[in-house]
Amino acid sequence: MKLYCLSGHPTLPCNVLKFKSTTIMLDCGLDMTSTLNFLPLPLVQSPRLSNLPGWSLKDGNAFLDKELKECSGHVFVDSVPEFCLPETELIDLSTVDVILISNYHCMMALPYITEHTGFTGTVYATEPSVQIGRLLMEELVNFIERVPKAQSASLWKNKDIQRLLPSPLKDAVEVSTWRRCYTMQEVNSALSKIQLVGYSQKIELFGAVQVTPLSSGYALGSSNWIIQSHYEKVSYVSGSSLLTTHPQPMDQASLKNSDVLILTGLTQIPTANPDSMVGEFCSNLSLTVRNGGNVLVPCYPSGVIYDLLECLYQYIDSAGLSSIPFYFISPVANSSLEFSQIFAEWLCHNKQTKVYLPEPPFPHAELIQTNKLKHYPSIHGDFSNDFRQPCVVFTGHPSLRFGDVVHFMELWGKSSLNTVIFTEPDFTYLEALAPYQPLAMKCIYCPIDTRLNFIQVSKLLKEVQPLHVVCPEQYTQPPPAQSHRIDLMIDCQPPAMSYRRAEVLALPFKRRYEKIEIMPELADSLVPMEIKPGVSLATVSAVLHTKDNKHILQPPPRPAQPTGGKKRKRASDDIPDCKVLKPLLSGSIPVEQFVQTLEKHGFSDIKVEDTAKGHIVLLQEAETLIQIEEDSTHIICDNDEMLRVRLRDLVLKFLQKF
Amino acid sequence: MDPECSRLLPALCAVLADPGQPVADDTCLEKLLDWFTAVTEAGSSLLLLQENPCLVELLFHVLKSQDLSSRILSFSLRLAGIFAAQENCFQYLQQGELLPMLFGEVGPLGGAAWTAPAVRSGWIQGLRTLAQHPSALRFLAACGAVDTIFSLQGDPSLFVASAAGQLLVHILDLAMRGPAEGHRSPQACDWPACAQKIVGHIEDSLCSTAVPQVTQALSVLTTAFGHCHGLWTQGLWVRLSPLVARLLEKDPVPASHSLVDLLLSVARSAPSSYRGLWETLAQTLSHLSPTQAGPLALGILKLQDCPQALRTQAFGILLQPLACVLEAAAQAPGPPGLLEGAAGNSMTVDTLLSSKSACVGLLCCALAHLGLLQPLPQRPSPWPQAPLLGAAVTILRLCSGSAAPTSDVGSRLCAILVGCGRVQRAALDFLGALSQGTGPQELVTQVFSVLLEYLVSPESSSMVLKKAFQATLRWLLSSPKTPGCCDLDPHTQLFLRELLPVLQKRLCSPCWEVRDSGLEFLTQMTRHWGGQAGFRQALLASEVPELTKQLLRDPESYVRASAVTATGQLSSWGLCATPAGHECPGAQQESLLVELLHILSTDSEGFPRRAVMQVFTEWLRDGHADVAEDAEQFVAGALQAASRDLDWEVRAQGLELALVFLEQLLGQRGSHCPYAVALPETAPPGVLAQALQVLCRVQLFEFAFRALFDCDRPVAQKSCDLLLFLRAKAAPCGSPQEAGDSPNVASVEATLQRWQAGEQGQPLGYLEPGAVVALLRSVDLEGLRDTLAESSDHVEKSPQSLLQDMLAAVGVLGENEADCY
Repeated sequence: MKLYCLSGHPTLPCNVLKFKSTTIMLDCGLDMTSTLNFLPLPLVQSPRLSNLPGWSLKDGNAFLDKELKECSGHVFVDSVPEFCLPETELIDLSTVDVILISNYHCMMALPYITEHTGFTGTVYATEPSVQIGRLLMEELVNFIERVPKAQSASLWKNKDIQRLLPSPLKDAVEVSTWRRCYTMQEVNSALSKIQLVGYSQKIELFGAVQVTPLSSGYALGSSNWIIQSHYEKVSYVSGSSLLTTHPQPMDQASLKNSDVLILTGLTQIPTANPDSMVGEFCSNLSLTVRNGGNVLVPCYPSGVIYDLLECLYQYIDSAGLSSIPFYFISPVANSSLEFSQIFAEWLCHNKQTKVYLPEPPFPHAELIQTNKLKHYPSIHGDFSNDFRQPCVVFTGHPSLRFGDVVHFMELWGKSSLNTVIFTEPDFTYLEALAPYQPLAMKCIYCPIDTRLNFIQVSKLLKEVQPLHVVCPEQYTQPPPAQSHRIDLMIDCQPPAMSYRRAEVLALPFKRRYEKIEIMPELADSLVPMEIKPGVSLATVSAVLHTKDNKHILQPPPRPAQPTGGKKRKRASDDIPDCKVLKPLLSGSIPVEQFVQTLEKHGFSDIKVEDTAKGHIVLLQEAETLIQIEEDSTHIICDNDEMLRVRLRDLVLKFLQKF
Repeated sequence: MDPECSRLLPALCAVLADPGQPVADDTCLEKLLDWFTAVTEAGSSLLLLQENPCLVELLFHVLKSQDLSSRILSFSLRLAGIFAAQENCFQYLQQGELLPMLFGEVGPLGGAAWTAPAVRSGWIQGLRTLAQHPSALRFLAACGAVDTIFSLQGDPSLFVASAAGQLLVHILDLAMRGPAEGHRSPQACDWPACAQKIVGHIEDSLCSTAVPQVTQALSVLTTAFGHCHGLWTQGLWVRLSPLVARLLEKDPVPASHSLVDLLLSVARSAPSSYRGLWETLAQTLSHLSPTQAGPLALGILKLQDCPQALRTQAFGILLQPLACVLEAAAQAPGPPGLLEGAAGNSMTVDTLLSSKSACVGLLCCALAHLGLLQPLPQRPSPWPQAPLLGAAVTILRLCSGSAAPTSDVGSRLCAILVGCGRVQRAALDFLGALSQGTGPQELVTQVFSVLLEYLVSPESSSMVLKKAFQATLRWLLSSPKTPGCCDLDPHTQLFLRELLPVLQKRLCSPCWEVRDSGLEFLTQMTRHWGGQAGFRQALLASEVPELTKQLLRDPESYVRASAVTATGQLSSWGLCATPAGHECPGAQQESLLVELLHILSTDSEGFPRRAVMQVFTEWLRDGHADVAEDAEQFVAGALQAASRDLDWEVRAQGLELALVFLEQLLGQRGSHCPYAVALPETAPPGVLAQALQVLCRVQLFEFAFRALFDCDRPVAQKSCDLLLFLRAKAAPCGSPQEAGDSPNVASVEATLQRWQAGEQGQPLGYLEPGAVVALLRSVDLEGLRDTLAESSDHVEKSPQSLLQDMLAAVGVLGENEADCY
């Protein structure tokens, strides 16, 4: 069993598991932090961005000044943003049989894999993951395609040139494999390969293994996966949460008794408690708006935003903010808000019960009805007519490199009355803000990451007790900036095995058993013999039939009537010869009684030695040695067959035959 | 006993003895016992029994009856104890063999009733009351009660077990008091047999391997040394202290809590009389685990006189956990023995690292103990203020994760403590307590920075934040004043500049507890610093006053109440919010007044309305500029709103406001001491007439008279006091003014009578000053005051009433005779 690690990002995993005869890709995350190296794509012509000076080498050589621009000491690529794909060279991705998706954030690289690697398999995901994943992809494509950029920079990627660049461009990895965003056509094609699954549904893969999605409590339709054969169980835990938010709670019990537990997608901000962050978010939002400032919340169109809107629903009246407009701007804003209300079966119990009242499960419906929350596909069109300040705007993309958020950053960045509040944990906020410097607006970092923290992981592991834990290397040591925080790492016994990008891990367990079915008529013919209470044995002669990874013992074909003169059958007709079987032996030899028996039979000068595996009985006179072990007995004597047979018979007296 | 009670007693005894008529209420039986105790204390029990033979009959009957409730049985045992406390009565009861039947083995002791804890408890309490004289001792010995008491020490009911221990001590004391008198710590061989037996039992228990036995023995000894002060206790100590010391040789020390209690009990009584006590204490300190030794160390340090060496050792125990923390968190090996003589030892380190609960427990105890010690005059000297400050700061940093210890122990401590609210709260409390002392400037800067870190951190829970606010306030108020300058020192000013934005954010918190503690903090800070230019400047430059005002409309009533108090305080100092950010005169103030009046008359919760009345009273008392402008209208408005309020505290506070107003019009009340002999000073007639006019106009009388018959006694009492004060000022006794002159008085009196009867619908109407004076004279205010001063059940708590109640409850008395109260 092997694990091929194609992504180095612990929360955007992409691993391939080879288990029995199947090749299973676990998630398909797309690392978008690469876009932080690019200049933002403004929706409206931005003189500031277009007038940024070109970057030149220390010696004044300016041949890169068309591709690289400088802003407040940072250098950015002036080109269409590109993404860092999962590793494609480590394993032939056309051999992947299935892809299991755990949540909508972890499927963003799907079109790259399904459309460009020769992949012919099936993708399994829950319905909300697919629908919301589609929205995220649609938004991404839309954000990038609506600001066409003529220029595509590639010169800087040359290894010799990259070495000369300042950090972080100099340290960017595998820049040659960075790719532009996919198209809607590729998205549609990729999504068409998905087969929908429900929680706890058992899916057979070629009869060899069974995969089952389980609720992971992190997002609508988010799943952990159980991959099991009859005797082995691998759990894949990715992006799970034990907090009470909108999704169905995490199913922990089904993860018990795993041989291997692959653990990814823990919280990216283990020091920030989501509840405190929501409090911080509300306080800062209120403070800004009361002072007449605007609040910008860069966010994804689904996920934490539902919880934030719910908190605000409870908070705004009490904080006297009822008159402040809340805007949600995204090409998929409407679909996202509506989808959230229809996936009742994927929601937590409280929200599910609302549906039967019937009430919308999320209170943002009421916010929309009362006109407190308005949503628009983009800043163009209706929004510009309705726009009122001070206000709160939720919009993407959290990287601040594309989407409507770029416009608001340019618009509000100059005033210290305004505040940008970062709630998504995927991007370092200082890096996200770099191309907007100098910036007067206030920046608040309230990352809300509801995924498991290390305390919860430790409890979970104690609860489910896997034999082995496999996780990204980042989880096996404290964060580099807080090396003393030994509480911020996985602490388990035996220590977790870690992996990094482009590494192949041999998982530390051997398969020992395979299940074989026995045909009823064959079973009927068995004659079990009880060798000790509760244990019966029977000999069986049969033909092992293997097809589609299923093994069946069938009765041997009746021996053909011996035809005269033909002593040997053809090889193809060969059947097991049942006639001359030696009896099978069972039982153990009690050494003391055995010695007594030997003495009775005239052997003297017997010595018994204990060994690690059993005993050695020495017949010194006869220069003979009887080695008795748990599963074998050897009689070692010098060419005295008579003696050997005598001894053998004495040994056999103590054993049962059948 | 009065004849009426004597008359009722036989019927009552019959009721008690009748299992078919269960007494519903346990408290009746308790009251009955109290009454009998009082009766027997006042006179002869023997006489009582002879005059009321029904009592003895009851006791006999109880013994015979099989199906009596355990409550009655328990009651009877206690009753018998009360009677037998007097030796002649004891003899009398003995003649009838009643006592052995009640308390001996033939009594309930052997029967089924013994399974009820109430009966066992009654048995013990009966004996406890009975054991007052030598005859009782002989009786106890004869009936083998002491052995039963020994076994009851391990009773499953904690009450019974504890009472058994106390009874043993009582018997021991009784037995020893006789022979010990005049002797100095008699030798053990002289002790009476009963005492020998008890002490022997204690010795056996102390040597037992069963921890509960040891605990029982130790707690008996603790009671003995705590309550008995005869010389014999010294003998007891000499005899038992070697056994106590032997407990320390065991590992772990058994019943360490009880052992600590015992040693402290001995040390507190008269330590110098007990030989070897200090050595035992020192030994115990060194044998107990760090967690167990903490309470003992604290107890030792609280003792008035105690050898210095022992104090040093005890202090070292308390300091050890903090020393370990300091050592573990030190970036580089610092100067050795930061807390002198208390360098972290390995046992403490092991405890700290053994588990989260052990670490948290030990640190919290150490912090709490040191916090308790800090303000005491007998605290150790020199007090290591600076290292303690350093330790508190370090613990807080470990808890917040901001400390970056390099040592292995430090990292493990950090992993255990990070995010631990209990330790954070304890450390903040301790840090607050340390504000009473000074410290090097560098450390004080660290204190403020860690406090700010906690106030800023979104991870601070609401309770931690409250503690952080409290500690900050204590540190701010204790910060030294710059000599020669009345304003805040530059460090404080700098801190304020960082603090106010944090406070601003906290006032917007979605968690109401946080908003509330923020407002409380603001109120306190303003109360102390409202006049300081530096503070005023910083506050007015911030959004805090505006936010505070907005919180008057908070959805949470506690927050509204705190906001009312805070705005009231801000306004008193002229610091309330104005759009331009300037200090506020008239117009703005008026709007605040209107807003507060609005809260007073419309808020659905009591807390904000109470707060408004308190603010108003304070404003009136302090002569708040804008209130003083038209005090009459202000008072009229406030009283009108308060009079309609359903909350009695608001009405009571309204009377307080009225009183302040009265004092301002008529002059101060005399001494508040009710026993002062000085006659009240009458107001000059001109002033008085004018004042009465004003009081009539603001309808103070309507409010006060209505309050006089308020269904809540504190309101009525307060109103009574107010009217008495007014009468003293306006119509002193003997003043030859014509009562009943005014035509209004009769009708007004009639209205008042209706009010008193509970019909408060009708208004009093406008009163003329003359009518008021007449009314004040005609109403029996003194009588009312006396009635109100009585507790509400004064009429009904006579013994006669008790007996009648109990009889009525089972229907022996006629319905109409029942006291329905």
